Amino acid sequence: MRLLIVEDDPVLSDGLRVGLGLSGFTADAVGTLADARAALRDNDFAGVVLDVMLPDGLGTTLLAEMRAAGQTLPVLLLTARDRVRDRVEGLDAGADDHLGKPFDLDELAARLRAMLRRHQGRARPLLHWNGIDLDPAALTATRDGAALRLSRREFAILHALIDQPGRILSRAQLEERLYGWQEDVESNTVEVHVHHLRAKLGRDVIQTVRGVGYRVAGAG
Amino acid sequence: MSIRLRLIVVLTLVTGVLWMSAVLWIAGSTRAQVERVLDARLAESANMVSSLISDRRIAVEAEGPARVPMPATADLSRQLSCQIWSLRGDLIGASQGAPDARMALTEGFSTTVIDGVPWRVYAVRNQQLGVRVIVGDRVDMRDGLVAGVVSRLLWPAAVLFPLLAGLIWLSVGRGLAPLAQLEAALRARRPDDLRPLPDARDPREIRPVRRALNRLFQQLDQIRRTERDFTAFAAHELKTPLAGLRIQAQVARRAADAATRDRALDAIAVSVDRSDRMVRQLLELAAIDHESAPSGPLDPAALIAEIVQDAQAQASAAQVRLVVRAEPLDPIHAPRVLMHSALRNLVENAIQHSPPGGQVTVMASRGASGLCLAVTDQGPGIAPEDRHRVTRRFWRGRAATGQGSGLGLAIVAAAVAHLGARLDLDAPDGGQTVRITLPDPARRS
Repeated sequence: MRLLIVEDDPVLSDGLRVGLGLSGFTADAVGTLADARAALRDNDFAGVVLDVMLPDGLGTTLLAEMRAAGQTLPVLLLTARDRVRDRVEGLDAGADDHLGKPFDLDELAARLRAMLRRHQGRARPLLHWNGIDLDPAALTATRDGAALRLSRREFAILHALIDQPGRILSRAQLEERLYGWQEDVESNTVEVHVHHLRAKLGRDVIQTVRGVGYRVAGAG
Repeated sequence: MSIRLRLIVVLTLVTGVLWMSAVLWIAGSTRAQVERVLDARLAESANMVSSLISDRRIAVEAEGPARVPMPATADLSRQLSCQIWSLRGDLIGASQGAPDARMALTEGFSTTVIDGVPWRVYAVRNQQLGVRVIVGDRVDMRDGLVAGVVSRLLWPAAVLFPLLAGLIWLSVGRGLAPLAQLEAALRARRPDDLRPLPDARDPREIRPVRRALNRLFQQLDQIRRTERDFTAFAAHELKTPLAGLRIQAQVARRAADAATRDRALDAIAVSVDRSDRMVRQLLELAAIDHESAPSGPLDPAALIAEIVQDAQAQASAAQVRLVVRAEPLDPIHAPRVLMHSALRNLVENAIQHSPPGGQVTVMASRGASGLCLAVTDQGPGIAPEDRHRVTRRFWRGRAATGQGSGLGLAIVAAAVAHLGARLDLDAPDGGQTVRITLPDPARRS
């Protein structure tokens, strides 16, 4: 799950990027509205963590622009003043959720997971496919009740595929989910992770669609 | 005293005095006119009697006094009394009710007192018959007549006066209605409602009041907005570092590798330093805003040396060279706290915006307009369109380094305002110069 963080404070921004990475997300951070607009235009994010006060304007302005342009990308607002009026304003501007500063990293991660889940029209927090259960909160996976030992990247790839069974994800799409801008992508790393997953789950779980990408069989 | 009451009292008193004068004047002139008419009647009656007896149409016995019967009533139409005296001094005839004593000794008009009663008389001499005809009427009767006429005039005046006062009351009320409307409009407002008063078709006298009120509302609204902005910014600026601290602490706790943990701990240390600086600056700003700083003799060169000394550590860390170019200057008389705040924040700001290897120059000189302190850096400079904003609290430029609190220049501006000095920003070729010009005390007052 790749997220865009729009926050101008370097310490908080860095903490969010690293902290959300530890919670199973891939996050990129920008510090201004202008950079956020460019990042949203050129990349495919699953959600946005948006600060309200930015050097070149209000986060709610960007939010209103996105909604006016018909973008349904889920957005969580970070507000400094957690008064009812501020929260109502944020939600009415089109935010899906909000969190008052300072906040707990786990709460932020849980809210982001819930927000992304709702956005996909899913109510259950756990993903279930052909006997495999994924818990995105705990980053744990089980198969028929037995725990699977997956690395963070392996979990992310399985998560992305099981999220929409039957849909083919290209290598580039998977890489985008795995790595932020600041991380170097090795050329064959997706193949390596898929190879490891197949070793742990069995050869037939992840199908290779030659020349296009990977998928798990439709209808869990 | 209310304007309404004042107007009513003044108008009623003035009108009352004028009204009374008019009434007295009318009464006086009426009395004079009636006296004149009655005198004319006296003279005419005397002449008529005289001519009647001359024509012998009425016989006057020469031998003894005769009484012409006349009903003795208090009726005003019968008030005249007539006496006919021979030139020798015998009473020849008299009307009924006429006094026995001779009413006049001289001819023409005169006033006599007979038995304690004053009479107005007119005497005419009839040479042909050798008699003197005297006609008179009692002054008290006359006064009754005059009083009757005057009282008929005064009654309507007395009745009309309260009516006039009532009309004054109503007119003043109507005249002051726009004031009452303004007052009602103001009273009906909620205390936080600072919208301008709606345009009404006010009289000319009310319009400036409404305009002044609207100006005041506008200023208050501006102040309130600034305060609200300040609160919002302060909340953001204070809570964001806290959020950063908390999240970095969580990252440090759960980081699997030492490198991530060390980075998080470093970030925490940086954030604590920045928060500390911001709190210090907020307190400094509050002190400048609300406390009066004592003035004292101050050596500008020593102040600069002290500030440069204190900033040396920050400058070394940023790889910035600090250069002082100060002329020998006479001590000035100024609040040290304010001078120190202004200059220190300028120097810290300049270091923050300097590229590594850059130079920050602090200059002090005495110019025509007073003492001039300038700090120049070699940073990106303040964009011309941002110059009016940089002194706002919490405002940070787009090229913000991430270290500033957005309070430095706000503190400088506040201190400069309290010093009565001038703040100039200009960007020479590359970099930024901020200049404080402190006018001489003689010029300032």
